[in-house]
Amino acid sequence: MSDLRDLYQEVILDHNKHPRNFRSVEPHSHQANGYNPLCGDRVTIQLSVEGGVIAQIGFQGDGCAISTASASLMTEALEGRTVEEAQALFDRFHDLVTRDDAYPEAALGKIAVLAGVRDYPMRVKCATLAWHTLHAALAEKDEVSTE
Amino acid sequence: MSTVTPMQTHDAVTPLAVERLRADFPIFARPMNGKRLVFLDNAASAQKPEAVIRAIDECYGEYYANIHRGVYQLSQRSTQAYEAVRGKVRALLNGADDREVVFVRGATEAINLVAHSYVRPRLGPGDEILITGMEHHSNIVPWQLLCEETGATLVVSPITDKGEVDVEDFRSRLTARTKFVSIVHVSNALGTVNPVQEMIAAAHEFGVAVLVDGAQSVPHLSVDVAELDCDFYCFSGHKIYGPSGVGVLWGRLDLLREMRPYQGGGEMIRYVTFERSEFAEPPQRFEAGTPNIAGVVGLGAAIDYVCAIGTERIAAHEHALLEYATARLGEVEGVRIIGTATAKAGVISFLMGRVHPHDIGTVLDLEGVAIRAGHHCAQPVMQRYGIPATARASFGLYNTYDDVDVLVRALDKVRELFI
Repeated sequence: MSDLRDLYQEVILDHNKHPRNFRSVEPHSHQANGYNPLCGDRVTIQLSVEGGVIAQIGFQGDGCAISTASASLMTEALEGRTVEEAQALFDRFHDLVTRDDAYPEAALGKIAVLAGVRDYPMRVKCATLAWHTLHAALAEKDEVSTE
Repeated sequence: MSTVTPMQTHDAVTPLAVERLRADFPIFARPMNGKRLVFLDNAASAQKPEAVIRAIDECYGEYYANIHRGVYQLSQRSTQAYEAVRGKVRALLNGADDREVVFVRGATEAINLVAHSYVRPRLGPGDEILITGMEHHSNIVPWQLLCEETGATLVVSPITDKGEVDVEDFRSRLTARTKFVSIVHVSNALGTVNPVQEMIAAAHEFGVAVLVDGAQSVPHLSVDVAELDCDFYCFSGHKIYGPSGVGVLWGRLDLLREMRPYQGGGEMIRYVTFERSEFAEPPQRFEAGTPNIAGVVGLGAAIDYVCAIGTERIAAHEHALLEYATARLGEVEGVRIIGTATAKAGVISFLMGRVHPHDIGTVLDLEGVAIRAGHHCAQPVMQRYGIPATARASFGLYNTYDDVDVLVRALDKVRELFI
């Protein structure tokens, strides 16, 4: 088992205490609610997409440090990106936290700090909840559950 | 005995004896993350002593065969070993007759069995089933399904801020419409020990039968179904140091006799033709198919194990740990205990500042401390307190004061990281 600090890196602790873009986006073009029935974590993601570009993105909800930090880092990483870029980043991020042979690519930027969760299979869904919810919002589904 | 055993009337299990008992459990010989394992998730499931593991091993290795039907010696030995456990359960619960003991998969199946075989034929539109506000999902959902099917209503007696049943409110919800009462003995989320004897007496004034969910009370308390005067009582093997996948429904024989089968199949019949079948008497009527033979044998070994120590001594020891842990956690800055009932068993649910219980659970895990974090399959209890989850420490006979100290020290690490 890895050290606690490999999981709870400073960036994660900081984003948990001071989440970025923790707000509603009005008006928004896309929205979805995510729910992790295992732990009761909830997240709402709202975005305004203009010409295929994520102009604004915000999240709200209640969750553990991993899910809060992941949502916060995600919104920071996605503002100004195209929808296609966001999907590609989701795929890369998903690999990072679920595959042992994945390595933090430079393209992932700060969200690579979440790589430590792959040593904690019970916590992977905490890290991916915001991303699954984003995916649902972009696919115009209202709700997603990590079940 | 239906309440927590008072400390002054019984000898507490001394710390030395607990260290000896710990040696009975092979899992404690293994370090967790290089540290001594501090296992505080006994409300979810308990660890297994060597005696239980050996009994299962012997069953499979020395005398296993299918029960009841074989005319050969192995089958007879298996049948004897399986049937002997009914007597152990009867003695544990102070039942009147071995035939009152039905083996099921666990407390959940026991509740579903009663819902299907006893309550369903008695239920119609406008009828009511009464439960409390602190039930586990397993004592909510089967009744919801039944109400949906029959047009009956599930009535809930809410709990107080301390996490206690309001007995006056409970009484006031008993009416001529009430057809069944199903109540938890000890809350798995709050630790509350309910005054079930008083509640059963109230229900009986209305002629209503009562099921007591004892998943969290056996063997943390001494249970006496005769004194409680309940109609059904259930518990799970895995929480009393026995194997998972086996549990008990205890029911009054006269009620079991008038109940229809739960599942159809082999073992539960007297005579079968293509036109109709005659059903076996209880308990076989409710044990269709080949049962969990080795599981029942393991349950028997677990009952022998706890009875040799004494359920009152176990209760006294766990109560002493509860009091110590309540005091120690109370000293930790930011800790708020959820569930402060006057009568509690060895379960402490708590919050720490705004730190999410899952983060507490992960940090504690790396310190070798296993606790539960989440809603404990009691989401309505969480809703009652307006919280998504709690961290929960729950004690077993092998826990020590030192375990509590390790827990409290590990919470300092939580503070360092998150507060």
